[in-house]
Amino acid sequence: MVKPDISTELSGIRLSNPVIPASGTFGFGKEFAELYDINILGSISVKGTTREPRFGNPQPRIAECPMGLINSVGLQNPGIDEVVKKELPELSEIYHKPVIANISGFSVDEYVECAEAVDKVENVGIIEVNVSCPNVHAGGMAFGTSAENIAKVTKAVKAVAKKPVYIKLSPNVTDITEMAKAAESEGADGLSLINTLMGMRIDVMRRRPVIANKMGGFSGPAILPVAVRMVYQVSKAVKIPVIGMGGVSSARDVIEMMMAGASAVQVGAANLTDPWACKKIIEELPGECEKLHIERLSDIIGCVE
Amino acid sequence: MRDLIFKIKENRKIAKDVYEMLLLGDTSDITRPGQFINIKLDGFYLRRPISVCDWSEDEIKIIYKVVGEGTEYMSGLKEGDELQVLTALGNGYSIDELKLSLEKNGHMRTVLAGGGVGVPPLYGLAKKLLEAGVRPDVVLGFNGAEDVFYKKEFEDLGLKVEISTMDGSMGKKGVVTDVMRAEDNSSLYDYVFTCGPEPMLKAVYDLVPEGQFSFEARMACGFGACMGCSCKTKYGNKRICKDGPVLMREEIIW
Ligand SMILES: Cc1cc2nc3c(=O)[nH]c(=O)nc-3n(C[C@H](O)[C@H](O)[C@H](O)COP(=O)(O)OP(=O)(O)OC[C@H]3O[C@@H](n4cnc5c(N)ncnc54)[C@H](O)[C@@H]3O)c2cc1C
Ligand SMILES: Cc1cc2nc3c(=O)[nH]c(=O)nc-3n(C[C@H](O)[C@H](O)[C@H](O)COP(=O)(O)O)c2cc1C
Ligand code: FES
Repeated sequence: MVKPDISTELSGIRLSNPVIPASGTFGFGKEFAELYDINILGSISVKGTTREPRFGNPQPRIAECPMGLINSVGLQNPGIDEVVKKELPELSEIYHKPVIANISGFSVDEYVECAEAVDKVENVGIIEVNVSCPNVHAGGMAFGTSAENIAKVTKAVKAVAKKPVYIKLSPNVTDITEMAKAAESEGADGLSLINTLMGMRIDVMRRRPVIANKMGGFSGPAILPVAVRMVYQVSKAVKIPVIGMGGVSSARDVIEMMMAGASAVQVGAANLTDPWACKKIIEELPGECEKLHIERLSDIIGCVE
Repeated sequence: MRDLIFKIKENRKIAKDVYEMLLLGDTSDITRPGQFINIKLDGFYLRRPISVCDWSEDEIKIIYKVVGEGTEYMSGLKEGDELQVLTALGNGYSIDELKLSLEKNGHMRTVLAGGGVGVPPLYGLAKKLLEAGVRPDVVLGFNGAEDVFYKKEFEDLGLKVEISTMDGSMGKKGVVTDVMRAEDNSSLYDYVFTCGPEPMLKAVYDLVPEGQFSFEARMACGFGACMGCSCKTKYGNKRICKDGPVLMREEIIW
């Protein structure tokens, strides 16, 4: 058998493989570039950026869960100016492919400003609009849980961005296909899903939440079935491409996500417990494809009825 | 940083709920005392960060207290069992920084102040300080006599060791700073290396004018990728796992 073709495509951008580290679990690539050649990655979704610099939420921000973790980082980032002037250019020196700029905001205006800023950066291939971060009381959650607000943000960002715009959806909704359709109807070029599930842990000895902010975003292998289900539902409901994520930790998981309908796959929490996770997945993919008699990975996208 | 397999050479109880574990493997990534390793445990999603207590070419010594399910699991591991370990993480204590202060100020009365399972990294540090010609005093604080460990090990290095216990069952009754304070409430020491629970670090901070403080935080990655462990300092936001765990006194914000 010839070597399987594991390349894929997102809005006209060719990816050498579908594996993309997920926003917030890979920083701006520096820590990982010391460990392996990050140019093997299909792309990179960088840390979520807001207009102003943010410290994020109080400590503790991390709680362990069975097969996963809750994080309440709260969008710690150096602000859009620093990201555009320093972080993204520095990333372009160590990573020579288009990246995914993940932006967040507390108002439609803030999303627009962030989108305008990253749109001009050369190495940005896709703008990923996080309407779903469950950590920030003021805004993120409200946008992601109402189809009307998703439509508003999508429309406003599409009006200023020349680059493809992907809306990153929250799973913390009753019907995710409604959210997906709202984004599609306002011109979104694609969708990313899922963001973290709202979760909570209690320190039973001390009778108080483990996380200072009480609740946070749950991710890791435990959420894979939820993510596969949502990617499946959404990709059947829309025509635009879907980037699937949530609990992906192996080449098998990547294939499962793609069969559910994902054109590419992001890997989040797995990078934290094994810094070489993406590298291993990419190396395993061809062999896994052979085992499953897949000649061209992109052929299996949404193959499950 | 590497993810390496270590073989357990010994895992023995040395105080109430406290175990000393010797791990055999490649230690060449460790450059400074006060660095830590992040240990993968079967059945647990996140790794457990534990300070390097001491190390040689092919052996790491750690000391850990059973406080939850992960450390409970560790206490049941046997000689010959293997552990997957990320080494070496964090900045560690800087002896060069102390030397700079020594150059500036001449003699400095230096102390190592450890509380509970904050004691371990100070042992490796004591050895390195002695190699560098610095002879610190050692003050170790515990809850009670049954919790005390490593008094003899520090004494065997030829250092003066004082113990404080909360219940007064060994050494001076009280906390480490009660041993480090003169009658007139001034500090007996000019420079401190410390590690322990945060209230202790704060008390030490309030007493001693200069030094290096090792902090703890809940960690997801342990190598700087997730921002799970961030804190604010006078020099900007820092990640305890990557830019710490050791912070200089002058940069700390409480
Ligand atoms: C840099 C650093 C060095 C450390 N060095 C030592 C050491 O030398 N000896 C020692 O006994 N302990 C040390 N600790 C604390 C040690 O990591 C925790 O006691 C341990 O992770 C508890 O795990 P558990 O499963 O038993 O507890 P659980 O409470 O069941 O753990 C649940 C989760 O919380 C985390 N957690 C719980 N307590 C702490 C804590 N105090 N600090 C950070 N994370 C915590 C665990 O890692 C795990 O992810 C250190 C912590 C840090 C950050
Ligand atoms: C520590 C951490 C930080 C995250 N930060 C962001 C962020 O800034 N923006 C965002 O859109 N998603 C963020 N996420 C969500 C992930 O990108 C991803 O959608 C989610 O974790 C599910 O994937 P996983 O199960 O593989 O982790 C974060 C997740 C984690 C664990
Ligand atoms: S624990 Fe992830 S950055 Fe420190």
